[in-house]
Amino acid sequence: MADVRPLLRSELLPPKTSARRHLISIADLAREDVERLLALSRTFARSLERDVKKLPTLRGRTVVNLFFEASTRTSSSFELAAKRLSADVMSVKSSGSAVEKGESLKDTLLTIGAYDPDVIVIRHAQIGAPHFAARFTDAHVVNAGDGKHQHPTQALLDLYTLDEELGGVDGLHVAIVGDVLHSRVARSNVQALVLMGARVTLVGPPPLIPRGIEAMGCQVSYDIRDIKEADVVYVLRMQRERMVEGANYVPSLREYTARWGVTPERLRPGQRVMHPGPMNRGVEIDPAVADAAESLVERQVRSGLVVRMAVLYDLLTQGPVEVKVAEIEEVA
Amino acid sequence: MPLQVMLFGRNGRKDSLAFENVRVLDPVHGIDEPLTVRVEGGVISALEPAGGSTEEGKVLAPAFVDPHVHLRTPGREDEEDMGSGTRAAAAGGYCAILAMPNTDPVVDSAAVLGALVEEATRVAEVPVGFLAAISKGQQGAELTEMIELEERGAAGFTDDGRPVVAPGLVRRALQYSAAAGRPIAVHCEEPTLSRGGHVHEGLVSAEIGFGGYPSVAESVMVGRDLALAAYEERPLHLLHLSARESVEELRRALEAGVPATAEATPHHLCLTDEAVRSLDPNVKMNPPLRAEEDRKALVEALRDGTIGAVATDHAPHARHEKEVPFEEAPFGVTGLETAFSALYTQLVEPGVVPLVTLLERLSAGPARIYGLEPPTIAVGAPANLVLLDLEAVWHVDEGGFKSKSANSWLLGSQLRGRVLQTVAAGKLVYSA
Repeated sequence: MADVRPLLRSELLPPKTSARRHLISIADLAREDVERLLALSRTFARSLERDVKKLPTLRGRTVVNLFFEASTRTSSSFELAAKRLSADVMSVKSSGSAVEKGESLKDTLLTIGAYDPDVIVIRHAQIGAPHFAARFTDAHVVNAGDGKHQHPTQALLDLYTLDEELGGVDGLHVAIVGDVLHSRVARSNVQALVLMGARVTLVGPPPLIPRGIEAMGCQVSYDIRDIKEADVVYVLRMQRERMVEGANYVPSLREYTARWGVTPERLRPGQRVMHPGPMNRGVEIDPAVADAAESLVERQVRSGLVVRMAVLYDLLTQGPVEVKVAEIEEVA
Repeated sequence: MPLQVMLFGRNGRKDSLAFENVRVLDPVHGIDEPLTVRVEGGVISALEPAGGSTEEGKVLAPAFVDPHVHLRTPGREDEEDMGSGTRAAAAGGYCAILAMPNTDPVVDSAAVLGALVEEATRVAEVPVGFLAAISKGQQGAELTEMIELEERGAAGFTDDGRPVVAPGLVRRALQYSAAAGRPIAVHCEEPTLSRGGHVHEGLVSAEIGFGGYPSVAESVMVGRDLALAAYEERPLHLLHLSARESVEELRRALEAGVPATAEATPHHLCLTDEAVRSLDPNVKMNPPLRAEEDRKALVEALRDGTIGAVATDHAPHARHEKEVPFEEAPFGVTGLETAFSALYTQLVEPGVVPLVTLLERLSAGPARIYGLEPPTIAVGAPANLVLLDLEAVWHVDEGGFKSKSANSWLLGSQLRGRVLQTVAAGKLVYSA
């Protein structure tokens, strides 16, 4: 740790002026926030290489996972991340809860808030549910996906994956393919990738690319052949459950797959492929692509754990990252 | 047609009042001078030259007419009722309001309308006119008994809250309205284009991920209904226009001589879809807030008279219904008590719209749509007056409303210009 440089007073302060920090949208982050979180994730990745993986860092803290939508990856990795940091974790799912009895989101939040959790991790089908959690509770709020809006920890773990596998994001060309319209992953990733200096092209059927999305700093193409130019092809899930009946975004899944499915023939050798999961094999992604050596899908899941550890840690610690990292290494 | 035929309010005292040495601004008669205005027994009895200096910022003008109010009665009296809604109107400077028929039950029969008229004559602080539905139950299938409704007092016909989807039914309504003698008002929304939409389709919806409700969902219906009005040569009123393309359709129709009128709301004249970045359900309304170019087109149309009326589309909602995530929240915001101040602050103070124009669009403009006598300041005219303080600064907060609901898009805002007193049908109905 000899290279830890002296810190100026201003750097000791948390990056946001607000007393209570949240992670709700990538739009709220500056480049240095992302860099800090990625550096912290790398530190946690090293700590997980040890025999004893649990760190005492967040002992005595309470993290509530509030999942109103189905989730495997995100809920399990938040739970494990909190446990690895020794926090007390409580997971509440909407099925089997008072939500099924018609309880409003406000009342559910007031109930959870009464336990004074330090962090509420919330996933909800409605845009803005995390803002609600921030308004009605005193906890730090982490958005684990709100409707079609944002999924910031997914974007961060994708940045981390690209950083680790390709040595950086700046200057990369990423093609995001599929149902952008209904995708919070696409929105978060466009913001995160553009913030970190990548070039982003959205590729998909015209009705599934929102009008005016270029304003976010990306390009748009309706031609699947354009993915060949990218360094990385990021495949979005075809969200059948979000398709309004009769909305006719695409005539059929069959036509979608024929025209926009990511197949080995449409890729160039060496191109890396990502997918946020869960995959519809044979719909948006060919099984041969999903299982190929170039696929980063499993790597993404692995990244999820350390990135979520970093996010929880960062929200709950006021101090500068570097010094705290040193402490972790000492205790571990 | 005289006001009293279509407006119903609590008859009562007729006041005698004097507004001494005040700047009088009457767009109807082109008055803008310091005067003393006397009211005897509810009627303007004298306009005298001011006998002293006028108070800075005070303006006496014809009171306002709101052509678009949701009184929520019958059915949702927890959100608004005849008493609270008309007290809110009085506080906003209104001497007459028109209530929309999308209640529960819908105002689609003489029985329902009759009950409302009876209630208004008992409790309405400010005279109320009632629009009846175009179609039974607002289901868009069968015409209501429009002549009977007109005889019972309907000021016009609308299925507001939802569009009349079938062009054939709009045509029949326009045809039949010739016999019923009252205008047809349409909520222009093509449902297959607006479906799933919560906000304007544009840069903000693309970025946030809200389902988009494109401008064209309104403008194609505006174009269609104007074509039908042209064909039938019948008056057509366009409710709450929001899009630049709709304004363009209207301009073309007016140039071609179509007997069309239109209204715009204070929120569409003041805000754009940038406001929905707050995710605040109090900026969710139908039609949605649109882009700056749309707002500019509406302001320009209001200024040049293409849009002749400001309508609040006052839509009260219970607190628990708006205290939910944006997409779950119902459309609609309140507006009666803030309309003048919002528009004065946003359009008159910065010099975008002259005060006299705003006063006309709040009063005579909307009155003419439904054939009401425009409120005016003239000897012998019934006293429908609003006293304004243009210098007043006020902070809009939840506690200050006469309305039962507080779902205002202006909560937390600081506004300039305020209603001090309102005289409606000869009675002082509000004093700040």
